[in-house]
Amino acid sequence: MLDKRMTIDDVVAQLADGMTVGIGGWATRRKPMALVRAILRSGLKDLTVVSYGGPDIGLLAAEKRIRKLVFSFVSLDHYPLDPHFRAARQAGLEVLELDEGMFHLGLRAAAMRVPFLPTRIGAGTDIIRQPVFRTVRSPYEDGEELIAVPALKLDAALLHVHRSDQRGNVLTLSPDPLFDELMARAADKVYVSAEKVVPTAELDMRANARFNLCERSLITGVAEAPFGAHPTSADPDYQLDLKHLKAYVDSASSAEAWAAYRASFVELPPEHYLEAVGGLDRIAALPKPVY
Amino acid sequence: MTTPNYSLAELVIVAAAEAWRHDGEVMATGIGPLPRLGTALAKTTFNPALQTTDGECFYTSEPVPPGPRSHREPEIEGWSPYDRVFSTLWGGKRHAMVAPVQIDRFGQTNISVIGDHAKPKSAMLGARGFPGNSVHHPNSFFFASHTTRAFVPGEVDFVCSAGYNPARYLNGKPPAGLDLRIIVTELAVLDFGAPDHAVRVVSLHPGVTFEQVQDNTGFPLVRPDHIPTTPAPTAGQLELIARLDPNGVRKTVFKDNPPAIAGLHEAGHERPRRTQDRPAHLRDRHPGPL
Repeated sequence: MLDKRMTIDDVVAQLADGMTVGIGGWATRRKPMALVRAILRSGLKDLTVVSYGGPDIGLLAAEKRIRKLVFSFVSLDHYPLDPHFRAARQAGLEVLELDEGMFHLGLRAAAMRVPFLPTRIGAGTDIIRQPVFRTVRSPYEDGEELIAVPALKLDAALLHVHRSDQRGNVLTLSPDPLFDELMARAADKVYVSAEKVVPTAELDMRANARFNLCERSLITGVAEAPFGAHPTSADPDYQLDLKHLKAYVDSASSAEAWAAYRASFVELPPEHYLEAVGGLDRIAALPKPVY
Repeated sequence: MTTPNYSLAELVIVAAAEAWRHDGEVMATGIGPLPRLGTALAKTTFNPALQTTDGECFYTSEPVPPGPRSHREPEIEGWSPYDRVFSTLWGGKRHAMVAPVQIDRFGQTNISVIGDHAKPKSAMLGARGFPGNSVHHPNSFFFASHTTRAFVPGEVDFVCSAGYNPARYLNGKPPAGLDLRIIVTELAVLDFGAPDHAVRVVSLHPGVTFEQVQDNTGFPLVRPDHIPTTPAPTAGQLELIARLDPNGVRKTVFKDNPPAIAGLHEAGHERPRRTQDRPAHLRDRHPGPL
């Protein structure tokens, strides 16, 4: 029987230095943080990271695992400027800065296996003065000059989902599926961490079909990781942990603070993480933030 | 002199609301409490067709008050996942009022970096959705602190949103959807209505002079022959604003929530100051696409 189950460390073992890795979610929503922490525990380095950035980027940047960042923003929402990201960026971290929607088009181009998609996004801005960009002229009567957004091809995508069966039939139950489907389609290999791995029948796919992110043929590996998005949210299962986010922000204040954060929340077996961040009852009771 | 019974914040909300008056049925996005309350005021008075969200992925029937929602959960009228926000905005059916860090005489704005892009002096958010917004739907701006640091000479450090700058036009043509509307600040309302889309002063807040606005702007402003005073909120608008903002979030934007009183801006009086040293854009919780 088709069985794609593996551990989060198995997932990281499938990745290699220098790869282009897409990280799903958006800022403080449904980030595959257990996988990101597993990368920090591994020696993986020189990554090109493609992300609608949140604390995933800060953690990887703090440990200098990113060779190049492809992004539109790095935000913690409630702490809009991520201090780890800022420090790395101000030290000269190589970036490709995209508009949020351009990012989406780049993933779609990769998913469609075309070299680019045309758009007006970027016209008149410094975004298109980055050396990668070219323009393309409409071959039709209008002759309009458009921006050719290059395909954002990913070697691997890391996503966090709510439910999966062992074959990689996945559900993202939050009200917004974000752009994880595009990321999956843009990637050669897709690894998901899942809150729960359940028998197929328990997915209740007839009722939940609209939460089915993509077809299972895209999914390479499934790692069960309860609370695997923490400190970001996996609404409705649990919400953003603002208190932990503060600890994360404060960990950028000095090398010692970062070492202490790393020791407390990264360098530990994944099964001990929940206890370290306050236990199941606390995380399950986190209130939904308001905007 | 009688003391007007309204605050600078309330004056700004009323001025901001005007941005959406003639938009019809579009998505209205206001970043920061005052622009957001501007969308709410517009929606509950002269443009009820506006669609506003809960700040996340739902359209709500009524505007959602900033701050805690202990009173009641808003009624949801539609779904607006982030993917659909892009579809909406690429279709032009949106008008956003955003709060950039810098703006220049072309209306180009910046929220990405201060200094060199490769190795910035200050890394901020990143361009977010500014480039796409600027060439697909109408945009307006809010600045809580009208200074030459925000209204910069030359060009902004990193052009995130397009403006009326012929040097950057592709093929000599302005981007098809470029449509910059108004700029609301704590001193005045401005727009791009002068020849060649130059920035002009539309109205001055009570007690503010053109010279003061010009002195705090890093590029020349167009001065119409007659500049009206920014309209004061009506009693009805003030009552409505209080209902739309039951948590009083509007009172936290400017230090000590000053009145919009004539003379406050004159020499010898401390200028209104925003409460935090960061523009609203870098402070306000807006998780979705900008």
